[in-house]
Amino acid sequence: MDFTLLTPELTLLVTAIAVILLDLFISRKGFLTVVSLLGLAIATVFTFGLRDDLSQAAFSKMLAVDNFAFFFKLLFIGIAAMVIIASTDYVSKFKNFRGEYHALILIATLGMMLMAATTELITVYVSLEVASISLYALSGFLKDGKSSESAVKYMILGAVSSAVLLYGMALVFGVTGKTQIGEIAASIQLSGYSNLLDNPALIMGIVLLVAGFGFKIAAIPFQMWVPDVYEGAPTPVVGFLSVGSKAAGFAIIVRLFFTAFEFPESLSLDWGAIYAVLAIAGMIIGNASAIAQSNIKRLLGYSSIAQAGYLLVGLATLGIAPANEVIGRSSILFFLISYALANLGAFVAIIAISNKIESDEIKDYAGIGKRAPVLALCLTVCLISLIGMLPTAGFMAKFYIFNGAVQNGLLWLVIIAVLNSVISAFYYLRVVKAMWFNEPASLEKVPSSGALRFSLLITTLGVLFMGIVPNLLLTFAEWAARILRF
Amino acid sequence: MPTNLMWLIFLLPVASFVIVSALIKPFINNESKLPGYVTILAITGSFALSVWALVTVMSAEGHVIDVPAITWLNIGNLTISINMIMDSLTAVMLVVVTFVSLMVQIYSLGYLHRDPVNTVDTGFPRYYAWMSLFTASMLGLIIAGNLLMMFMFWEMVGLCSYLLIGFWFHKPAAANAAKKAFIVTRLGDFGFLAAILLIFANTHTFDTNALRDLAMTGVLAGNVLTWAAIGIFAGAAGKSAQFPLHVWLPDAMEGPTPVSALIHSATMVSAGVFLVARTFPLFVFSTQALTTVAIIGGFTAIFAASMGMVMNDIKRVLAYSTISQLGFMMLGLGASGLGIAHESNLTAEIIRGATAVGIFHLFTHAFFKSLLFLGSGSVNHASGTFDMRKMGGLGKAMPWTCITFVIGSLSLAGIWPLAGFWSKDEILAKAMENQPFLFVLALITVFMTAFYMFRAVFMTFSGEYKGGEVHEPHDAQEKASDHEEHNAHTTQPHESPAIMVLPLVLLSILAIVAGFWNITGAFSAFMGHETESKTIIQGLFGVFTENWLPIASLLVAISGIFMAYVMYSVKWLSPSKIADGFFKPLYILFSRKYYMDELYENIIVSKLLLGGLFKGFQKLDEQVIDGTVNGAGSGTRNSGNVLRKLQNGQLQFYGLFIGIGIVAIAVCLFIFG
Repeated sequence: MDFTLLTPELTLLVTAIAVILLDLFISRKGFLTVVSLLGLAIATVFTFGLRDDLSQAAFSKMLAVDNFAFFFKLLFIGIAAMVIIASTDYVSKFKNFRGEYHALILIATLGMMLMAATTELITVYVSLEVASISLYALSGFLKDGKSSESAVKYMILGAVSSAVLLYGMALVFGVTGKTQIGEIAASIQLSGYSNLLDNPALIMGIVLLVAGFGFKIAAIPFQMWVPDVYEGAPTPVVGFLSVGSKAAGFAIIVRLFFTAFEFPESLSLDWGAIYAVLAIAGMIIGNASAIAQSNIKRLLGYSSIAQAGYLLVGLATLGIAPANEVIGRSSILFFLISYALANLGAFVAIIAISNKIESDEIKDYAGIGKRAPVLALCLTVCLISLIGMLPTAGFMAKFYIFNGAVQNGLLWLVIIAVLNSVISAFYYLRVVKAMWFNEPASLEKVPSSGALRFSLLITTLGVLFMGIVPNLLLTFAEWAARILRF
Repeated sequence: MPTNLMWLIFLLPVASFVIVSALIKPFINNESKLPGYVTILAITGSFALSVWALVTVMSAEGHVIDVPAITWLNIGNLTISINMIMDSLTAVMLVVVTFVSLMVQIYSLGYLHRDPVNTVDTGFPRYYAWMSLFTASMLGLIIAGNLLMMFMFWEMVGLCSYLLIGFWFHKPAAANAAKKAFIVTRLGDFGFLAAILLIFANTHTFDTNALRDLAMTGVLAGNVLTWAAIGIFAGAAGKSAQFPLHVWLPDAMEGPTPVSALIHSATMVSAGVFLVARTFPLFVFSTQALTTVAIIGGFTAIFAASMGMVMNDIKRVLAYSTISQLGFMMLGLGASGLGIAHESNLTAEIIRGATAVGIFHLFTHAFFKSLLFLGSGSVNHASGTFDMRKMGGLGKAMPWTCITFVIGSLSLAGIWPLAGFWSKDEILAKAMENQPFLFVLALITVFMTAFYMFRAVFMTFSGEYKGGEVHEPHDAQEKASDHEEHNAHTTQPHESPAIMVLPLVLLSILAIVAGFWNITGAFSAFMGHETESKTIIQGLFGVFTENWLPIASLLVAISGIFMAYVMYSVKWLSPSKIADGFFKPLYILFSRKYYMDELYENIIVSKLLLGGLFKGFQKLDEQVIDGTVNGAGSGTRNSGNVLRKLQNGQLQFYGLFIGIGIVAIAVCLFIFG
């Protein structure tokens, strides 16, 4: 039991408790933000401190300390930091419980970090619930009708999907007798099913796992919660769950499927094909629905469903590509960074704009380009990245993921994905058009706080940096794609 | 010189572009001259580094320095790198571009403060931001080591020239000229792009050095090579304003005069000549391509010079002169390429050496042509017009401008021992060896060049002052340009301020001495593999003892000047009588610019394209494509509305959906799996 391997997670836990306690004694609540950020910074230092200990199994093979987990720890810490910075103005809306708000974000981050590292089904479930329950609570933080409704819906549907997931895990355990994913793989390989119907229970278990995780990543048809929650929940929380929760979902899917079900031939199940079909459904339905939206938060909700579709193309590649080919995993990782930056940037810009104009309707964004040029410019860059146009991160990320798919014979899937990207340009650019070309309702400037501008600047510059000088992060993603299997 | 510093040559102007456009323009008052100082500082830095690079390349083995490539993108087996070529060609071009650009930026400080169109806003930040970007794009093009990068910077040069020509965009003439420049050069760019694709399809590389090796080993040969070379030349012809894509350049003088100076000397137009020189290995192995280059160049030279003889606008005279001189450079490249085409065992050095003739003329031309343009701007500063018929007698009022302008004209006319003489002489020699017919045309061009330049000199600086813009402009276009560009007219012409005279003096010194670089053969040796063969004295005076050509060309040039003197200074012959008499048809043909504008606008654009082809496309578009697109669009929209209805907010319905999803996946798997 080497607890030093858990120092980043423990730091977050301590910080979360400290924030709640401090909230009771401190009147200047801005201090809570500082403490939370400090905790994240210390966690980052500890994460880097573990760099020399990478590639080992910890806690009776329940957790992996490897490149892959390292990558996601940094990603989640970064996302949480951005969300907390972007919340500085927003939290003043809450009359109470500002300590709890920060603590919940930190605990959700802790859960996500564990999700990326777990190698055992029970821990998978526990860490997933740690993250999810925090997010349910965060969704209802505004305590108005819409926010509460979204929290209840999110929680009930989340509970349903957890049940589905548990059922799937139970079936897999029933067939293989193992919960450690490396041992599951060994057991499946030993049995060597030559026919799909040799073991329908195992197949059914995998289907249920796909469905359970599909809820986290908002894959069709498990995405129904997305628009309602996106519209109702506090905007920074929406940004957090659209990026963090989705990345954590993909982290766990990649690790689980890559390790436990890495030999599709001995399963005689081509699970890559399931993801290919889900990818098509996600892209088409996500994009088609987004076109009809008039509320920008709902629009980004559907857009996140479509983005998950592109990521699922990467999962399809992962299922088909030979295990030694890194491109399936590394392209997903690269896409996740790019998506995190662009989507967070978009949400930060929306927080800044909507705070002032008190509307999420796209038509009220008319002429924002004149009223707040810098905000509008950053939002434009982020939306362009979500479309996947040069010179932004989105282009590189799509190029990378599609390139991997084409190399593994998924040209037909990529054609559908590219057509969908074109469709998506319509609704993203509609926002851009409204901001720059429509006449503003008033000429009053839209001021924004320094914290918002700072986080917006970071994300926007990141988006441009990844688009213009992609090689640095490409190399990092390839390095991080090395998953330890045991 | 550390290779990392070489990137700075390109990055400094990029930085000044970013600083001016992102920091200074939004936050600092528009009247401030700060953007000018920032730009000048950045380009001074680039110039200093370029000189350093030149010295380093001179002492390097084979006059090439290997600069490590930067990997831009590495996905699977696809690697795209950013690489730089630092050889003698690059080094020379860098020095020319940064120096001329620096002179132009300094001059602009004095010229631009009186932008008369918009008295509230001088457009200082806008001007200097684009000038920085323009210079940076050209420098990027020069250092680029692969065709993809070259094409990107190539297009950026085109874009910046569009922005700068249309700098006074409220003037319809300027806006139209900018559009014309953009569209006409785009026609040539299409050829360039097609050539890049053709090359990549056949060789799977963009790298210019790799392509050179492929051409030299004969892997890249035959029709593919010829068409690729001709495609590249089409791009070059567009940028370098070669016939029949020359029509944009005379109109481009609608931009501010310093912009014209930069476009006509070191950037934009020289980009075409540079492109041919950079990809010369592809041309050398295709005699057809070389012959095309030589013929187009030789023809353009005389064709443009003939029009230059009859223009009344001093900037138009210079514009046609530029086209003509660019033709000379192309002729030099083509002819000297033909000279080595039949040699066996060509090396990379020999091929690069063959471009020395054309590039040397580019080198000297950049100095005297920017000098002449800046001089014309100075004249305009004093007289308020570009129409030479309204000038005259300015020599007394503005001695510095007059002296430097005369030096530039002598250099351009090719008078010994000024810079233009040496570079022009080498082109004539190469043409005589390899293309006797084109040589005759070139010799006639030399006469025309001397004539039109000194026609301009005498009309502008000698005789009596005719009162500047007081006279009624004779056609609508000139009216617009005179009226709007210079309302701050003073009746008494005066010398321009020192900040404008300084660049003139510096450039005129170079217009005199730049040619001395090659009198000993040093420039050719630097470009290629030959060694210096002569001493300075041998080179300077011995040139007349070797053969009759230099004497002949000098005599032809002097007779051109004399002819101008006779007609426009002492007026023994009346120009109007000549124009009305025997030469009338020619005069009309020249002054109507061979009806090329009419051909393009009235016949090709309005009849063939708008009336025929595009009308057909429009029908196709309206009936077939629109129908399909609208159908697809409304289909997507309707499906969006249907899907929105599914999202009804009912929790139990959502839960049901999850169940349906699981069942659907399982059923599909068991049926199809």
